[in-house]
Amino acid sequence: MKFRSVFDIIGPVMIGPSSSHTAGAARIGRVARTLFGRQPEWAKIHLYGSFAETYKGHGTDVAIIGGLLDYDTFDERIKTAFEEADRLGLTYEFIPEEEEAEHPNTARLVIGDTDGVMELIGISIGGGTMEVTELNGFPLRLSGHFPALLIVHEDRAGVIASVSNSLASQGVNIAHMECGRKEKGEMALMVIEVDQFINEALIDELKTLKHVTQVSTLAN
Amino acid sequence: MEVLFSNVKELVALAESQSKPISEIMIEQEVLMTKRTREEIIAQMDANLTVMENAVEKGLEGVYSKSGLTGGDAVLLQNYMKTGKSLSGDLIMDAISKAVATNEVNAAMGTICATPTAGAAGIVPGTLFAVKNRLNPTREQMINYLFTSGAFGFVVANNASISGAAGGCQAETGSAGSMAAAAIVEMAGGTPQQSAEAFSIVMKNMLGLVCDPVAGLVEVPCVKRNAMGAAKAVVGADMALAGVVSTIPTDEVIEAMHKIGQSMPSALRETAKGGLAATPTGKALEAKIFGTAKVDSGSVTS
Repeated sequence: MKFRSVFDIIGPVMIGPSSSHTAGAARIGRVARTLFGRQPEWAKIHLYGSFAETYKGHGTDVAIIGGLLDYDTFDERIKTAFEEADRLGLTYEFIPEEEEAEHPNTARLVIGDTDGVMELIGISIGGGTMEVTELNGFPLRLSGHFPALLIVHEDRAGVIASVSNSLASQGVNIAHMECGRKEKGEMALMVIEVDQFINEALIDELKTLKHVTQVSTLAN
Repeated sequence: MEVLFSNVKELVALAESQSKPISEIMIEQEVLMTKRTREEIIAQMDANLTVMENAVEKGLEGVYSKSGLTGGDAVLLQNYMKTGKSLSGDLIMDAISKAVATNEVNAAMGTICATPTAGAAGIVPGTLFAVKNRLNPTREQMINYLFTSGAFGFVVANNASISGAAGGCQAETGSAGSMAAAAIVEMAGGTPQQSAEAFSIVMKNMLGLVCDPVAGLVEVPCVKRNAMGAAKAVVGADMALAGVVSTIPTDEVIEAMHKIGQSMPSALRETAKGGLAATPTGKALEAKIFGTAKVDSGSVTS
């Protein structure tokens, strides 16, 4: 079920003009910002399908930049996001792509700074609702509906068990979980959507686990 | 995951067997699925209602988009209505002027509440604030109007689409008009089944509507499609309240909408490459606004 709340239908409260191309785009940008964990210094934004054809008219560009600056869908600053980005030292480039993506409203965000680079593919599926379909080359499905943990780790036996033990010991229930890896024994990614709010103590505990290299969260 | 209804048949059956309005079933499902309290959920919808009221008020003062393509029509419509000369009647005129008001605010990058999308955001509030003057609902009933709209929209979003890029305008103003019709019926005292009939009657008259925004802007023809969506919602609700039923059941109408959307060429799904966007005037406007026309002129004689 892609849409889970009545507020996906009657909502979001947002700056116009398009729920999919403005609000959904802002949310994709904001999820990327959250997962990156800080404001990036640069962003290369590839747009596909309807996004590529109509992004200027819909304000998709300012919305994604607004999202990268951590603005919510109703934040008036979306309108002046380009000026804000210049002021805050975020450089950006938009690249409309010819090739057809699986979903008509697809954006591929490559963002980074001197400490790292992250690549995320987001789709805007209507009414302001979006999904992350790929992160750093890992296919996944992340809706942003639930608090989520994204754990980058080495592909070793027992890592998943130790992570789920930590969650269980804190009384955190797993709603949905996906695991993926690029190659056997190499880097792997766990995406865990949970029912409860994730506290700092749990994140710190997860970071100390053997073979875990990075922990990021996405709050509801 | 626990869910009370996943299609309109289940929604209506639940409401009728428990003698509850559809809005109540939606609230119960929201509590179940999000684990939030009933009070929190109702308070959020109340806040969304306030956003809608503010947008209509702003639009009726007269707003204009940056492109210059839309604005000021809500004022024209209200003024005309007040002359008492309108042929379609005050309630319809009020509904369409308030629908247009919301969409003019949206086009001007103002603050609106998507219902179910921003491009179709005028229809649900426009009809609500017009019907309000006839039925004198309580604040609670107005909030329930939004939950009933949301219940039908929830089914459409999960079983078909509410995205113009995926399903054309039928998925946006089509869904909004049908949702509003169902909500009007409930507010007017109709049965859950009559809400479903009203939904079907309107949706059947939206099938095939393409998404062809000039210059890719949510302005032409979106604003006027909200006006007509609001008018259809009121008429559809009246038809259902009169006892007219849809020959094709609601869930099959939604499925038909979905399939029609899937078979629509991408030029007619929010790419600004076909339909009105590809007319000589549409292309000229795009060139004027953005400097150069991106529209493929292959199929167009200018």
